[in-house]
Amino acid sequence: MATPVIEVREVTKSFGEREVLKGIDLEVHEHQAVALIGASGSGKSTLLRCIDLLVEIDDGDIFLDGDVITDPSVDPVAVRRRLGLVFQAYNLFPHLNVLDNITLGITKAHGVERENAEEQARGILARFGLEGRADESPSNLSGGQQQRVAIARAFGTRPRAMLLDEVTSALDPELVGEVLAAVRDLKAEGVTMIIATHEMSFAREVADTVGFLHEGRLVEIGAPERVLENPTEVPTRRFLRRLLEAGRA
Amino acid sequence: MEASKEHPDSTAPRAGGAADRRAERAAAKHASDRRGAQIAALSTIVVVGSLTALTVTSPGWPQVREKFFNWEIFWESFPDIAQAFWLDVRVFMVVEVAVLIVGLLVALTRTTTTPAMFPLRMLAAVYADLFRGVPTILLVYLVGFGVPGLALSGLPTEPVILGGIALTLSYGAYVSEVYRAGLRSVHPGQREAALAVGLTERQAMGHVVLPQAVRSVGPPLLNDFIALQKDVALIAIIGVTGEAFRQAQIAQLEDFNYTPLLGAALLYLIVTIPLARLLDRWERGRVR
Repeated sequence: MATPVIEVREVTKSFGEREVLKGIDLEVHEHQAVALIGASGSGKSTLLRCIDLLVEIDDGDIFLDGDVITDPSVDPVAVRRRLGLVFQAYNLFPHLNVLDNITLGITKAHGVERENAEEQARGILARFGLEGRADESPSNLSGGQQQRVAIARAFGTRPRAMLLDEVTSALDPELVGEVLAAVRDLKAEGVTMIIATHEMSFAREVADTVGFLHEGRLVEIGAPERVLENPTEVPTRRFLRRLLEAGRA
Repeated sequence: MEASKEHPDSTAPRAGGAADRRAERAAAKHASDRRGAQIAALSTIVVVGSLTALTVTSPGWPQVREKFFNWEIFWESFPDIAQAFWLDVRVFMVVEVAVLIVGLLVALTRTTTTPAMFPLRMLAAVYADLFRGVPTILLVYLVGFGVPGLALSGLPTEPVILGGIALTLSYGAYVSEVYRAGLRSVHPGQREAALAVGLTERQAMGHVVLPQAVRSVGPPLLNDFIALQKDVALIAIIGVTGEAFRQAQIAQLEDFNYTPLLGAALLYLIVTIPLARLLDRWERGRVR
């Protein structure tokens, strides 16, 4: 089998006394979308932030296209330029307009000339239904629009993989759909993705693989139908049953 | 206002319709506004009037009027003081720019985390603590008389330059704290988002964190500059000639009359009051 785009091997991470990741193994192949589900605090966000080198792992290795990226000799900036991370809270730059939010990385991190970067950015905005919003301040946009700008910003640099960290969790329910549509669009193009999500139906629809994280361990991973409909592990069953009872699945 | 909002007039017909009630509320509000303005005017007259009466009827008033409010001496001394004030303005403008730079450098140094920067980081912290803790007037003395006392060649000996340096050191320490507060007020997610799009730490600071920090500290910075504008007068004590306060002192000694000092005070107010109003408007605009 081809080299995975992202490979996580026995990764552990503690914050003080709290062990957040207790040995995670995960492979994400080209064009594959992996959904990570699990309760809040199960380690989904931490794992994504470890892969983007915003958080330093304690032990284990992470590989990007077969190269280890968690070695101290590796420049984290170069790695982050090959990945696109989208945050739950959007984290758009409030002092820049929508267009500049997207061109900042393209020009400063990738050295693309301003003119070309703008053209690129406008193309991406149009693709996510945000044409005509280029000159606006992020604060004038709805949450759904802001998150689509954030997705466009992360995708603007054509990363090897997109890391989506609960991108709909901060949104009002009626705005979730438009953001999921943007992710669906990325999937249709074959973008390699890891999606931490609370949206089970969306995970089932978009992901090729679903992994269930429980207390820092990836206790179950497999095809969405299998993991979500016939889970073999007790914690997965319990988690899904609770969601079902809450009317969320 | 509360009365009209909370308790609809019980004598008014309830069936009057929405338009009637709207008109009624507007009329009540108008009446209450007018009443408010009348009360404000009356209380102002009472307060200002009694303060004036108290001053003018005091036993020493004729002498005070002669020593502090002598129009003849005022007009005689004012042109020289006004001209001297131009030096204050120039010193203020140069020191202000220097303070902005020193304060920013100190604040940025203190936010670094690399071990190699430790000595500088420590130095910056010591500087901020020390120079905020020492009265500005003391610093002006120490720099103004101490630096020339070293008799090292290459060091400035001009009192106006030494005074400017002392003011820069003092206000630089204050302003570095203002910047630091601004930097802390930027959400950590902003730096992370900048790193996530591939910026270096330095680019993240320069393009994302710092611009937001500077925006958030505009009003407190302006507040410090109002204080600085007044404190420029302190350089008079190390013998800077042609400075407004110094000039006023000279004129005061000529006639043994304090009116020239009032002239100098007026000049400072001409600059600081508009700055204060600007600050108010700025802060109101931000709350909006």
